[in-house]
Amino acid sequence: MSEAGLAVEVHAPAIMEESPFAIPSKKLVMWLFIISDAVTFGAMLFAYGYVKNASPDWPEPFRFSPSILNAMLMTFILVSSSLTMLMATRAAKSGDKAGGIRWTFITVAGGVLFALLHLNEWRGLIGEGVRLFQNPWGSPMFGATFFAITGLHLTHVVGGVIALTVVALGYKRGRYNSDDIEIWSLYWHFVDLVWMFVVPMVYLLNVAR
Amino acid sequence: MSTAERANGSLKKEIIVYVCILALSGLQIVFAYQHAHGAQLLVRMLAVALIQAGLGVMYFMHLLDERKNLRLALIPATIFVLLMMNMIWSDSFRLLHMRPFVK
Repeated sequence: MSEAGLAVEVHAPAIMEESPFAIPSKKLVMWLFIISDAVTFGAMLFAYGYVKNASPDWPEPFRFSPSILNAMLMTFILVSSSLTMLMATRAAKSGDKAGGIRWTFITVAGGVLFALLHLNEWRGLIGEGVRLFQNPWGSPMFGATFFAITGLHLTHVVGGVIALTVVALGYKRGRYNSDDIEIWSLYWHFVDLVWMFVVPMVYLLNVAR
Repeated sequence: MSTAERANGSLKKEIIVYVCILALSGLQIVFAYQHAHGAQLLVRMLAVALIQAGLGVMYFMHLLDERKNLRLALIPATIFVLLMMNMIWSDSFRLLHMRPFVK
């Protein structure tokens, strides 16, 4: 065979298998990440339950005001931000690019507000003497478990805020499309769902009576 | 329902789910201040949280609108792993009742 023949050797086009779940690969990857992260949070909550159950003097420090009220407000903000993210996805999918970006940034604002409220709560607890391995009330593991669980969730919120900002700006510039808005909305809803377990397990089971 | 149909349809279902999730959160707070303690309170809280999570996954994350095989691929495996973590409780009770250095 001549060199010219070698140079123009034609390859058959690659045959791509249809996705078994009829969703884009990146959406499937996000779902797989979500279930792995759900298991991670599950492990954290189980570890917290293990330590709490094994401690005869587990503190119950969360007074209705300000702790439970703050938790209620944070829940309202996070669940509402899930709704605004839904609106962003709907707008993006229906071709309303400006609406998709606007609602995404409203969601980002909700996430930032949630993070600020959470940090304020941490500041209050640290001011009362709660540290990782000591507190004025009881079992020394209370602080470690509380800060670990809420800190991991807060990290996810901040990560989500950054990711949503990047995706919204990329969507505006044309780098990303409505699929990417939808995929990151899955992540944001997941962060909201985790909070629905954190509030009862960490706060409501330890209300001050 | 396809993504395009969902994008142009009504938001009514999602808003109902949103209100339900908030109402369930309120219910959890009511439970917290009732006289239930320990395991009973935990079961109530977990049950409500699971309902909230189910609503969120199905309607906010639209898993209900996806193919059934995706739900079958994701949900049972996750539940199985979480259920397997329950094997730690015997050790937790051992620590509580058989501590060598109880005050």
